[in-house]
Amino acid sequence: MLNLRRSLLLTAMLAAIGLTAGLAGCGKEEPKPAAKPADAPKAAEAPKAAPKPEPLKIAFAYVGPVGDGGWTYAHDLGRKEAEKEFGDKIKTSFVENVPESADAERVIRDMASQGNKLIFGTTFGYMEPMLKVAPEFKDVKFEHATGYKSADNMRVYDVRAYEGAYVAGMIAGKMTKTNTLGFVASIPIPEVVRNINAFTLGAQSVNPKVKTKVVWINKWFDPGKEAEAATALINGGADVLLQNTDSPAVLQTAEKMGKLAFGWDSNMTSYGPKAHLGSAIINWAPYYKKAIKDALDGTWKGETNWWGMKEGAIDVVALGDMVPADVKKMAEDKKAEIKEGKFNVWSGPLMGNDGKEVLAKDAKGDDKFISGIMFYVKGVEGKVPSNK
Amino acid sequence: MLRLEARPVPSKLMGYAAPVIALAITVVFGTLLFLALGKNPAASLRVFFVTPLENARGLSEVALKMIPLLLCSLGLAICYRSNVWNIGAEGQLVVGGVAAGGMALLASPDSTRAFFVLVLLAGMLGGMAWAAITALLRDKFNANEILVSLMLTYVGGLLLIYLVNGPWKDPKGFNFPYSKTFDAAAMVPKLFAGTRLSWGVLIVVVVLAAAWIFLSKSKAGFRLQVAGQAPLAARFAGFSAREGIWASLLLCGALSGLAGALEVAGPLGQLTPQISPGYGFAAIIVAWLGRLHPGGCVFASFIMALIYIGGELSQSRLGLPAAITGVFQGMLLLALLTADTFIHYRLRKA
Amino acid sequence: MEQLASLIAATLSAGTPLLLAGIGLLINERSGILNLGAEGMMLIAAAAGFAVGFHTGSATAGLIAGAVAGVLFSLIFSGLAIGLVTNQYATGLALTLFGAGLSAFAGLAYVGKTVPFQTNFAIPGLSEIPFFGTALFKLHPMVYLALLLTGVVAWVLARTRLGLTIRAVGESPESAHAIGFPVRGIRVGTVAFGGACCGLAGAYLSLIYTPLWVEGMVAGRGWIALALTTFATWKPWRVALGAYLFGSVTMIQFALQAEGVEIASQLLSMLPYIATIVVLALVSRNPAFIRLNMPASLGKPFHP
Repeated sequence: MLNLRRSLLLTAMLAAIGLTAGLAGCGKEEPKPAAKPADAPKAAEAPKAAPKPEPLKIAFAYVGPVGDGGWTYAHDLGRKEAEKEFGDKIKTSFVENVPESADAERVIRDMASQGNKLIFGTTFGYMEPMLKVAPEFKDVKFEHATGYKSADNMRVYDVRAYEGAYVAGMIAGKMTKTNTLGFVASIPIPEVVRNINAFTLGAQSVNPKVKTKVVWINKWFDPGKEAEAATALINGGADVLLQNTDSPAVLQTAEKMGKLAFGWDSNMTSYGPKAHLGSAIINWAPYYKKAIKDALDGTWKGETNWWGMKEGAIDVVALGDMVPADVKKMAEDKKAEIKEGKFNVWSGPLMGNDGKEVLAKDAKGDDKFISGIMFYVKGVEGKVPSNK
Repeated sequence: MLRLEARPVPSKLMGYAAPVIALAITVVFGTLLFLALGKNPAASLRVFFVTPLENARGLSEVALKMIPLLLCSLGLAICYRSNVWNIGAEGQLVVGGVAAGGMALLASPDSTRAFFVLVLLAGMLGGMAWAAITALLRDKFNANEILVSLMLTYVGGLLLIYLVNGPWKDPKGFNFPYSKTFDAAAMVPKLFAGTRLSWGVLIVVVVLAAAWIFLSKSKAGFRLQVAGQAPLAARFAGFSAREGIWASLLLCGALSGLAGALEVAGPLGQLTPQISPGYGFAAIIVAWLGRLHPGGCVFASFIMALIYIGGELSQSRLGLPAAITGVFQGMLLLALLTADTFIHYRLRKA
Repeated sequence: MEQLASLIAATLSAGTPLLLAGIGLLINERSGILNLGAEGMMLIAAAAGFAVGFHTGSATAGLIAGAVAGVLFSLIFSGLAIGLVTNQYATGLALTLFGAGLSAFAGLAYVGKTVPFQTNFAIPGLSEIPFFGTALFKLHPMVYLALLLTGVVAWVLARTRLGLTIRAVGESPESAHAIGFPVRGIRVGTVAFGGACCGLAGAYLSLIYTPLWVEGMVAGRGWIALALTTFATWKPWRVALGAYLFGSVTMIQFALQAEGVEIASQLLSMLPYIATIVVLALVSRNPAFIRLNMPASLGKPFHP
């Protein structure tokens, strides 16, 4: 308060001096007293509107490089779009390549102590570090992607990528000739298993004969391994591929071997125009805008935000020319249904690939069910790695 | 034409001047680099070399970062002095962390506060066991230790991923590949409240002193180095090269394993798919920059920790891409290595 | 049967970057230099090769640019490790760090770009043969070129004066120097050859194997190539064998997974590394066997 008053006074004085100088320079016709005491408060009023409020400082911690063309790239697009939307009301910064080791805690704490009031941690591995830092900075809001633990000033956000995988699966089910789909999978966490299942369920909804083969590469990113896994799947008879890894190598391999595939995370058409059936994309911008707006308006509260097609966070775009019109329409219709909330991917009866019923007829999987999915649905071959 | 000429005795002056020269080279190149990027060079360099040390918290973070680097580099220095080319400290650190984590998971809320000692011991044993594979294959099968230790690093990393995905996965963790967070008894006690520094610092100081005495003063250390560097002479003196292989690798395994244990039972507090961002590899550079001397390793790991942290700060403070950090780090290291040459050599006109 | 043929073809493609880099590193190790900067050189070359390929539209130009970038980068190593007698291990590792950073920085503008190169090839006639056609004769020319290079290197090392000189330098730089060989000049040359080969390998990855540039895309292949030379006990044809073996274990592992074989994939992923260790142990068991080829001065500094 004291500071504010002092700075007002200072502004007033400066304004007064400026006025004097200006008047002095203008001419001497009006020999007015330069600054009557009464002028001072008036002069103070004028610039009052001009000084902008301090921009809200926002920081992002990224697990990969912004140039990975996949996960981190998508988050950074969201950040840039939010910056465009809010202009000088916010000021964003980021640190890329932050390992999910003991380093994350230091980076996040440093962000908070640098005056950032809203901090986004964009990978699951930042959950414990953020939980440790959050209590030390009560006035800072923490946003953690894809986790499950929260605190008073830390909340969780995620996207329903499986909705995109489902729609992609429907297209795949229509397009496959061998009735065998291939999935290049990264690390066996529920999100990835969920996408494998959704892809398969989508395909089975239009073609019950479909089965899905899965190859795990145990990495999020290694174009060479992704290509090799794709080759193995194609050799094994798969003719439509989807991946939950970060590079376009799977699509490229399909293109090279004359098969079909999808883009993931972002629109990957240019990497394999002949093979590209469509891209299941994640758009983080709507959520980042919402979170920033919450913080700016003072309406930020502890809640979990899990956004999908409805909120514009997930979409399947750029369907290829080889996709017949009726299949395109089918995909668009399903997207509309999902957007309107009329369709739940996780609807019973749902069978696991061990033959056990997971969801009874008419039962719907809620978010708790979805976040713990660690089994394959019927039609997926093999077993989720090291799932005891 | 200029040529290098070996100095009859290493230059004392250059010994002290070399790091300064290297720093000067880096500052010059760095200035050019930052100017080319349109950043204020003074401010940029400041972020790398001053900002990390500005307050107590910053200092404690630098110290925390130094711990694994220093432990691994001490172990490696022992290996290299014994002519054993272990480049797998990273794997030994990871497996040490795995063993420590396995022990820590056995702790319960009623465990005694001293439980963490068991955790650290388990870590050392884990690292030793991993290094012992390399020693065994080198000793019994004559297999090249560079290759074996490197391959084992990959295997160790995958072992960790397997365990956190499978048997040791937190049952309440929604199937994410992380272990449960350890009970307090398994954690190394904090040294100062409000920082992340643990008693690990004290342990490292003790290890440092022990390593110095071992390498410079003890008969065992002397034997080890002779056996490694002059196997024939050593044989005449009754020292065995085999002894050197086993002892140096086991020591390095124990130290690297301890580093892993201090990470998981310190700042991490759980097993995660990645417990080290490459400390074991960075420690190879640290060991050489430190001229395989314990004191030198302290200095080198300090510089290394500084540029690691400075790299992050330069992103958040100046908006520099992480890639620039790599370029800058590489430059500094190459400059340091270059400057080091002039301790043992001087330039002469040929 | 066709599946097996495809598996063989995929193995040969996967092994090619390892073979290219491995054969180059073999020559430079034969002269006594161990360059742990292989990963860095491959990354630099992958970025440079992609950039040139992107602007010229020619894969050949890109590959050549990759090789040139590899040579230039290797000169940094030579300048330090051979010229200034710095420690080879530390220099190589610092170079890898530097290369990773520099390639990421220089390559930023090329992320998300594509190069429209012809990646499907077939040798007329031979590719029609059942089984063998698919397995062996529908591969990218670089695959055959890598084999040709292996043959040339094997011949040079075993049969020529140059090869003899390189081996002599690696065996005992002191004696070679005494005889009058320009030891350091030869080593700079072999390191440059290693750089060129690693460069080709890196450019092959970014232009042909997975035609794209992304930071860190070499993903450890430089390290595997380094391992291969030891695995091969410094024999060119064994490097080829090792490269394909390594490629095949990965491919077989993925093929098994695709067939739904239930093994924890992390354990499967360990296979190539464990296989290398086991083979190495068996091969090295006879001390005479490995000492015959191991350059005695490998990794040790030499100053005339």
